[in-house]
Amino acid sequence: MTLRLVRREKASTRMAVLAPLLALLAAMVLNLLLFLAMGKDPAAVFHAMLLEPFSSWAGFSEVLLKMGPLLLIAQGLAIGFRAKVFNIGAEGQFILGAIFASAIPVYFPQATGAWIWPAMLVLGALGGALWAVVPAFWRVRLNANEILVTLMMSLIAIQVLNYLLLGPWKDPMGFNFPQSVMFQYDAMIPILLPGTRVNVSLLIALFSALLAWAYMQRSFGGYQFLVGGLAPKAATYAGFSEARAIWLSLLIGGFAAGLAGAAEVAGPIGQLQRSISTGYGYAAIIVAYLGGLHPVGIVASSLFMAALYIGGDNAMVSADLPVAAVRVFQGTLLVCYLAAVTFVRFRLDFGASVEGGRV
Amino acid sequence: MSGMSFILAGMLAAATPFLLAALGELVVERAGVLNLGLEGIMALGAVVAFIVVYHGGGHPAAFAVAALAGCALSLVFGFLALGVRANQVAAGLAVGILGQGLSSLIGNSYESLTVTGLAKWAVPGLADLPVVGGLFVQDIVVWLSLLATAAIWGMFRFSKLGLILRAVGENPQAARAIGYRVIAIRYGAVAFGGAMAGLAGAYASTVYTPLWADGMIAGRGWIALALVVFGTWLTGRIFFGALLFGAVSLASLVAQTEGWAVPSQLLSSLPYIVTIIVLGIITSNKRLLKVNGVASLGEPFGP
Repeated sequence: MTLRLVRREKASTRMAVLAPLLALLAAMVLNLLLFLAMGKDPAAVFHAMLLEPFSSWAGFSEVLLKMGPLLLIAQGLAIGFRAKVFNIGAEGQFILGAIFASAIPVYFPQATGAWIWPAMLVLGALGGALWAVVPAFWRVRLNANEILVTLMMSLIAIQVLNYLLLGPWKDPMGFNFPQSVMFQYDAMIPILLPGTRVNVSLLIALFSALLAWAYMQRSFGGYQFLVGGLAPKAATYAGFSEARAIWLSLLIGGFAAGLAGAAEVAGPIGQLQRSISTGYGYAAIIVAYLGGLHPVGIVASSLFMAALYIGGDNAMVSADLPVAAVRVFQGTLLVCYLAAVTFVRFRLDFGASVEGGRV
Repeated sequence: MSGMSFILAGMLAAATPFLLAALGELVVERAGVLNLGLEGIMALGAVVAFIVVYHGGGHPAAFAVAALAGCALSLVFGFLALGVRANQVAAGLAVGILGQGLSSLIGNSYESLTVTGLAKWAVPGLADLPVVGGLFVQDIVVWLSLLATAAIWGMFRFSKLGLILRAVGENPQAARAIGYRVIAIRYGAVAFGGAMAGLAGAYASTVYTPLWADGMIAGRGWIALALVVFGTWLTGRIFFGALLFGAVSLASLVAQTEGWAVPSQLLSSLPYIVTIIVLGIITSNKRLLKVNGVASLGEPFGP
């Protein structure tokens, strides 16, 4: 008996919905084996990781807090991914957003007024977009692969952050810790849900999902993106500009990631410090794929991934699991998803078949 | 020691992780497959090799285990990219994220520990030359890497295997029509690339800087990927590219000893900045890429 992949005549919608669930199941089985090998009780770990985040309001509000940046970044990235523009430097764009936003409270620590936090968000978004200008220019004018350039820009962003925190932006009263001053009250985004740390930026993230949906699913501009990704030659003949798609993809991705970075320093963190990003930029790549690169799917996958972050923290405390286990789970999940999603376009065929042949 | 002779002496060792990983990726890309997971594969190789050396297993066993681990992880990529024809960019990223997660999980209780590196072998006579003498005092892995470079150059230049690999990368349909098993050959190339990346990681964590720290690969896997493009898929050029990056990554050490007043963060970013600049210069020459590039790179293949 030979197993082979046969292309379906029509992509399977049922599989498209099932794929993330199947991937989750497969990832759980694989990680179950890993936890057993590490001598942990898998039941306790899964309970802490997957159920606890949803079992109390306090826990769930933390999930919503983590969901904001993941949702924002992933919506921005997915637009580019659908046009086959692979911006994997959201981490750096996030950091630049945080840096740009912090400039206001660092240089004007006494300033007051309701304009401060909105101005920080705008400045942060511009900073993120600015960091994406280099890869866009390199790709459009110099033909350089945006994957490598965006990644290099992220590594440089970390050094820029370190430079500022160890040098000019270090809090003089901060006992020599690499962190900026604590931001003043008006530099903080207002709390949305009283009694929690969830702030107004969650609404901005949800609104971005709506915008992405309207743009990608309902507008001609979004349609051009899709065609450009699926059939670049046809798109060029039809007069769609590839350069425009690349510029837009990278600038939107950078803008969204920068906004998320700004919302993080002006939200739960309240100062610029080294650990402003716990790998949001990379996790958002997984979020975008798990959501099927679809604005609605990404809302679901960002909620799930946020729960996984909080669940990982829980498991670290209650089941003594190293925090790296969450990264392994995330990686396994994406691997399983990419395998599962194949069956949206292909079906398995057992034995002989007229079409296709042995590879 | 002057800055110049310091760089000459250290350049080859600093270049070795880049060189090994890039040589492996060269074979993979020549066969038409783009494996973006190098960074994670190197990290996994680095941590398993470190653990073997730390527990007294010795360097040869450590390198063997690292090669096997790299091979195994790259086959996960192979399964996604070749087995189920997933998007190769996404598959590479997935395996890279998995590899980095695994390395940090496995190395969790070894953080900041150190081991002893390898002794250096001097070429009699040449090692005593002024200024350039340091170039001829290197550990055995460096010497073997030079041999590997020559072997891969020769393989592409003279052997039938090199021809088959290139045929599979240039025109998989034609290669299959004349009877080559495209997917099997690509799996082989991917496994080889993974093993080389594992060795590159092992060198980084047990010889070049014999310690384990989470994230110690620090973008070297990505620079190795860029090196394959810089070298326009030619072994000799990749070798010189790796040497250049070896030298650049020593610049911060030189700056310290010479007392330059430059922020250390700028020097740490130097390899990344140089990567971006050189990448732009090379890729803006479309003719160069057209002549030497791999026609089917990154394209899924199947009926």
